[in-house]
Amino acid sequence: MRFGVVVFPGSNCDADCYHAVKDVQGQDCEYIWHQQSKITGFDALVLPGGFSYGDYLRTGAIARFSPVMPAVVDFARQGGLVIGICNGFQILLEAGLLPGAMLRNKSLKFICKPVNLKVLNNDTPFTNQFNQDEVIEIPIAHGEGNYYCDPATLGELKDNGRILFSYCGPEGQIGDDHNPNGSLNHIAGITNKEGNVLGMMPHPERCSESVLGGTNGYGIFASMINWLKEARA
Amino acid sequence: MKARIYVTLKTGVLDPQGEAVKKSLHVLGYGNVEEVRMGKFVEVDLQAGDPEKARQELMEMSDKLLANPVIENYRVEMVEGE
Repeated sequence: MRFGVVVFPGSNCDADCYHAVKDVQGQDCEYIWHQQSKITGFDALVLPGGFSYGDYLRTGAIARFSPVMPAVVDFARQGGLVIGICNGFQILLEAGLLPGAMLRNKSLKFICKPVNLKVLNNDTPFTNQFNQDEVIEIPIAHGEGNYYCDPATLGELKDNGRILFSYCGPEGQIGDDHNPNGSLNHIAGITNKEGNVLGMMPHPERCSESVLGGTNGYGIFASMINWLKEARA
Repeated sequence: MKARIYVTLKTGVLDPQGEAVKKSLHVLGYGNVEEVRMGKFVEVDLQAGDPEKARQELMEMSDKLLANPVIENYRVEMVEGE
């Protein structure tokens, strides 16, 4: 499969994502510079973490108007797989590919630590290598991951299995004690209505091989590859 | 022509920054402070003949970029005499 990692000025997890896809998963991977207005021949796109445009105005607000973004939106509308990680998630929200917005973490602190996530829906292109309700550990690193949306949108997300990951305790307990940033309904990752666009705050590329101290992130990229293979078969 | 744009969080949207500032004001002895909401203030200088047209344009800019309609409201104020 051929992955593209979109690089904005200020992206800083692009090389990690490239490594996780190319070296760890053994897939084709290319960087896509944000000035590129045409992208062709990709099976999946990764919007990596970082601080695109210095997080000026709002996180993701400026990146969303990069020349590459109309092509990313087209790719997503045609059903291409798109995963936005951390700042990539924030950009997808600003671009309107995912509903809602990010607020400052409730504690006002930048939080960088491993957290537990519960896989709330394993029947998706991004989670098919996990068990339903499996608890996985993936690190977060953000100051604005406090997800917010209106009650109607939240209902829609819940009712349609679009919340893929919730913050939880080691035994899968969901509650304020295990929510690092105050996000609504303990949301850590959501998809669009069609299910081909995922935004998540935790960083799977930072735990895709045992030398990094964890391998739970591996399953997310492996799920995407598996799904793409099945779609082609 | 100059304009001022005030971007504020919508009612009901949690404002952790405002909460922290409120607590600090309480520590400083201003116990009468009941709520603090943080926002953004944007000054724009633009070329325009018709103030009403300029205001429309500024509202468009706010909808597209300066404010995020999911969480924020905005108010455009034209600066008189400039």
